[in-house]
Amino acid sequence: MPAPSSHASARGPQIRPVQIEARGWGWRHAGRHNQAVSRLDLRIEPGERVLLLGASGAGKSTLVHALAGVLGDAEDGDETGSLLIDGRRAAAARGRVGLVLQDPDSQVVLARVGDDVAFGCENLAVPRAEIWPRVRRALAEVGLNLPLDHPTSSLSGGQKQRLALAGVLAMQPGLLLLDEPTANLDPVGVIEVRDAVVRSLDHSGATLVVIEHRVEVWQDVVDRVIVLDPTGGALADGPTREILAIQGERLAQAGVWVPALPPRFPVRHPISNPQSLLRAEGLAVGRVPFGRRAASVVADGITLSVDAGRATVVTGPNGAGKSTLVLTLAGLLKPAGGTLRASDSLAAGIPAEPHRWRSRQLLTRIGAVFQDPEHQFLAATVRGDLTIGPHALGLSPAEQTSRVDELMHRLRLDYLADANPFTLSGGEKRRMSVATVLATRPRLLVLDEPTFGQDSRTWQELVGLLAELLDEGTAIVAVTHDAQFVSALADEEYRLGTPITLGVAKP
Amino acid sequence: MTPSIRPSVVARLNPVAKLAVALIVSCALLLSIDWVSAGVALLLEAVLLAWCGLSARHFWLRTAPVWIAAPMASITTILYGEDSGALLWQFGFISVTEGSAQLGLAIGLRVLAIGLPGIVLLATTDPTDLADGLAQVLRLPARFVLGGLAGLRLVGMFIDDWHSLGLARRARGVGDGGGLRGAARRFFGPAFSLLVISVRRGSKLATAMEARGFGSDEPRTWARPSRVRAADAALVAIGFAIAGIAIGVAVWAETWSFILA
Repeated sequence: MPAPSSHASARGPQIRPVQIEARGWGWRHAGRHNQAVSRLDLRIEPGERVLLLGASGAGKSTLVHALAGVLGDAEDGDETGSLLIDGRRAAAARGRVGLVLQDPDSQVVLARVGDDVAFGCENLAVPRAEIWPRVRRALAEVGLNLPLDHPTSSLSGGQKQRLALAGVLAMQPGLLLLDEPTANLDPVGVIEVRDAVVRSLDHSGATLVVIEHRVEVWQDVVDRVIVLDPTGGALADGPTREILAIQGERLAQAGVWVPALPPRFPVRHPISNPQSLLRAEGLAVGRVPFGRRAASVVADGITLSVDAGRATVVTGPNGAGKSTLVLTLAGLLKPAGGTLRASDSLAAGIPAEPHRWRSRQLLTRIGAVFQDPEHQFLAATVRGDLTIGPHALGLSPAEQTSRVDELMHRLRLDYLADANPFTLSGGEKRRMSVATVLATRPRLLVLDEPTFGQDSRTWQELVGLLAELLDEGTAIVAVTHDAQFVSALADEEYRLGTPITLGVAKP
Repeated sequence: MTPSIRPSVVARLNPVAKLAVALIVSCALLLSIDWVSAGVALLLEAVLLAWCGLSARHFWLRTAPVWIAAPMASITTILYGEDSGALLWQFGFISVTEGSAQLGLAIGLRVLAIGLPGIVLLATTDPTDLADGLAQVLRLPARFVLGGLAGLRLVGMFIDDWHSLGLARRARGVGDGGGLRGAARRFFGPAFSLLVISVRRGSKLATAMEARGFGSDEPRTWARPSRVRAADAALVAIGFAIAGIAIGVAVWAETWSFILA
């Protein structure tokens, strides 16, 4: 075990780091049959930095929420044993613990950067004269050099996470809890947030508990890894390298990204002489802002060909217009300029411009998988939702059933047939959103960040499936930040440059 | 979702004082339905609006609903309002009399005189400042005020969600067709999805706020002081003056008709 607070330096506010102790602790969410966490015994010394791992459903988030005191009371679930922070009940340790969550958008509380950071201090009744110096120090610590009245709505995902971190640091907690803080960020954002955390811990010496699928991000930062066992207690607990060596195989199977055991890439069998399905020439893409009539162009001068059996990946920094481009290629947004034409083979008797097609005509031609799977769900059950596409095509009931059954089997959704899509886990939702699109067998598949925030198991399944589709002759266009996805599948990479503001296009 | 507020005399005033003025003028004008009091109030307000710091474009854009509503209310009353006095024009059931014309004018002016200051004062008010004022000056519960303020931030996300839901429906083959029933489905379907997504976002935001110490019964401090200054008192005085002069002139012109009389 490392010496407590060995990382703390003399700079910045010195905080008394927190000690955590669980004795036979367990929690069962109200209305659930199974324990989320059970029989957990552990002790984390002040100043330790811990990475919390485990299969999905092992209770990592439950433990972290309990430590943050936001799990609720007896109405929200049944607690067994005890969970203590500095010897007191975790729920009573208000202000000693700071929590940063996964979703950047739902952690911003106020409209201006300075106010948002000050929010936690206000709630802890820090005197006004002390709040603003704390706010400035916290913003400097996370490297967010913005005016205090800068609007929070204009921040990138990585900046929003650093803002949330600053809001927590300003409260000067002795324990920093991070629940997959970088899962929804692009690679630049991931490093930004990780470095900000390390910098602040070096100053404060606070205890750290972080949950993260991607071990490589945190393995050099933490001293200790604790692996939770879905059946109760801890599976393994000890120094990072040692635990990864012993438990790596098992963790990788459970979906954890273990650096030494990367997922296998599928073997491709490219089709001979691929046909062009869609051609963009000098294409400009943009969206029509709320309350306006003309589109604001976000990217232009795009010339590319989408070919059957080939995968094109669209990469580039945030705000470069990647999503807008693929939504335009998918026939969902009208081009803001230039031309986008489907080949005769894809159009098959209807006009060449995809945005002029009727919704039903898109089904067999171009399928779009959205970044947020929830936007795509239409029915109350998985089976009902998957049937909508085949039904809209006017297939026979027997054909509808056989297609849906086959897809559910292929994407391991059979056991969820009657579940509500909104209640699925992140990986299940992603598989489901891909299945809804495949049900109508489109010849071109367009995906926006398909591997975002996915565990390694879902990743491998998804990439394997896409490789099969490519080998069968489906064309794929995917927006991605994921370098492994690019290496595994890309036949072509289209890189969008730095964000541009060309103003409003001519209507 | 936060509007960009240009610095101006009005923008610097305490939002609570602005709210008070809008309420004072509205209450005074609701006591009677006559064209003189509404006209006088509107005239006095017009002078003040020059200091509000809104550009002409923003002024017309924001107040457009009122400019549409006022003539509509006015015309409806003129055509269908209670008849009295000389008959000016008749067509079937429709009759326009001196009485209904006067009533129509009074209603139209009233909508403008109540609506314009309300909208302009809100357009020059930052929601965060308003929340600070409501909690610190009027002492409304912090939990309620800040909860509402944080919720306001979600509205901008709803608009993006709504847009994406529409695109996703097109991608899934149910984005058009089906006549009137199809159109109804296209509205209510995504409306339900939006509700689910919004509740989810709302509860995540609530957890994030709770994790930062919000929602306990312990006292809290305020990083931004909301103070009532001399200028704010002057603004409230101006509000009373507008109300008083409007009523006074109407009584003098003998058009004042107290609605409860």
